[in-house]
Amino acid sequence: MAWFKGKEPKIEKKVKIPEGLWVKCENCKEIIYRKELESNLKVCPKCNYHFRISAKERIALITDGGSFSELDLDLKSPDPLGFKDTISYKERLEENEKKTGLKEAAIYGEAKINGREVVIAVLDFAFMGGSMGSVVGEKVTRAIEKAIEKKVPLIIVSSSGGARMQEGMFSLMQMVKTSQAIGKLKEEKILYISVLADPTFGGVTASFAMLGDIIVAEPRSLIGFAGPRVIQETIKQQLPEGFQRAEFLLKHGMVDLVVERKELKNTISKLINLFMPEKNERRH
Amino acid sequence: MTYYLDFEKPIQELETKIEELKKLSDGGDIDLSQEIKRLNRKLKELKIEIFSNLTAWQKTQLARHPERPYTMDYISLIFDDFIELHGDRRFGDDPAVVAGVGKIGEKSFAIVGHQKGRTIKERIYRNFGQAHPEGYRKGLRVMKLAERFSIPVVTMIDTPGAYPGIGAEERGQAEAIATCLMEMSQLKTPIVGFVIGEGGSGGALAFSVCDKLFMLEYSIYSVISPEGCAAILWKKGGEVGVEDYAKAAEELKLTAQDLKEFGIIDDVIQEPLGGAHRDHQEIAKRVKNKLLEAIEEIMAIPTEELLKRRYEKFRKIGDFWSLKIRKT
Repeated sequence: MAWFKGKEPKIEKKVKIPEGLWVKCENCKEIIYRKELESNLKVCPKCNYHFRISAKERIALITDGGSFSELDLDLKSPDPLGFKDTISYKERLEENEKKTGLKEAAIYGEAKINGREVVIAVLDFAFMGGSMGSVVGEKVTRAIEKAIEKKVPLIIVSSSGGARMQEGMFSLMQMVKTSQAIGKLKEEKILYISVLADPTFGGVTASFAMLGDIIVAEPRSLIGFAGPRVIQETIKQQLPEGFQRAEFLLKHGMVDLVVERKELKNTISKLINLFMPEKNERRH
Repeated sequence: MTYYLDFEKPIQELETKIEELKKLSDGGDIDLSQEIKRLNRKLKELKIEIFSNLTAWQKTQLARHPERPYTMDYISLIFDDFIELHGDRRFGDDPAVVAGVGKIGEKSFAIVGHQKGRTIKERIYRNFGQAHPEGYRKGLRVMKLAERFSIPVVTMIDTPGAYPGIGAEERGQAEAIATCLMEMSQLKTPIVGFVIGEGGSGGALAFSVCDKLFMLEYSIYSVISPEGCAAILWKKGGEVGVEDYAKAAEELKLTAQDLKEFGIIDDVIQEPLGGAHRDHQEIAKRVKNKLLEAIEEIMAIPTEELLKRRYEKFRKIGDFWSLKIRKT
């Protein structure tokens, strides 16, 4: 629409997108019909931008319909520090519970992927930025232990800002708890596929998320240790184009694959069958 | 020249006065020894008063004190025949981490720790104790080496955090830390750790998967710096300042005393009156004694049992409710 050029930014400002029916793509700014976006797995049909999806949507995307049975869904944080920022941590948790319908930033359970039994844990960025406190750390650890117990592959999908500040050192220690459990899983020769979704940072990347036997990232996801703003403030330089995107990590040898959402389930399924074939005679 | 923190100003005034009196007394024929004695007593009382009522933020400042002993100071005061080992065999040698082997009596130890610098030049060289991935990989390499020769590992933690930079990200800062955590949990040799100054987040955690972890009285260990925490929580209402940092330090429960209470560390090592920087010899002696005491206890435990206990120690950290049952 060449005739439209020049005026575009002005008009764009005026356009108020009504809640619900239409969605603006965060990447190409295109206005997309919500139903079209949803039927396309929340990937922009124009520019292939992968919108963030909830933990439940992620489970529906990866696992066989109706096969997921959630475990330990009642775990909650009791606020060990009595932390207060602008509101108390307790209130913040309640607020996030209401907003997301989740009790915490992680859910896990047993499920099937193309008929194969797996244990899957998913972090939800909408709940306090997917941050890891005691409950998230405990759930991830229990998921790992469940995979060891059942001798089935483990899938963890991460999207998190990192360790949860409001639980102080309890949060930081969850990095050790989850990483050492992954160490046990490796000794047991159980496949662990780590899926990194937008965004994955801090204490989550610096623990179980980067310890996958296979690490898969969604296109364009921001993944790193330190957040780009912190890095920019530290080095006082412009960050290179595409810095900390999935493709950047692939180039630097940090992830195995960058896989589009529509291919994710099949890729995971193939990997499971390659590494842990059902008819496996020699596994010791 | 001693460097005084803000809250030490009354101490500084008194110490300066005592110094002046000493000079007067040395040079002339006025005997001021009684007065000096009296002031010294007063000084001690003042120090006790100030140092027994420190806030979390004041302890944070002590943990970062520019004259505080660093890893290399402890190494030279505690170990004999120390030889530093360099490089991660993959990319480079990170001066923000020192690693090597040394002896106490007949016993060998591998030592891995963050290293800050004293002078401006040194600080820049050591990158203010902020390690890159190669620092963590070097540390882990030396720990694995120690494992092969059944040498116990001592870690010294003193870092504002892992370095946030482009190269660090390109070379896998997160992976380097995660691997340290996983590998240390399975390392078949005793590990004893000391938080000697700043225990800054993941960068500190990377060397803290120990059988016993001790903190110096005025050291801190935190998920995020008080400054970082304050910026995230309160920046929306304008610029944040010292008061916000102090408040964040309080909220984060980052002191040795808090963490001992939570069961996250094993014990607190008392510092000399006025802080570790006032007496390097004395604090090194206390660290050494604690190390030998811990090592004697751990050495008696068979490796398999040791690893089981190490695993359990971290497995049970966390606080959550399950229905109405609280598990701490």
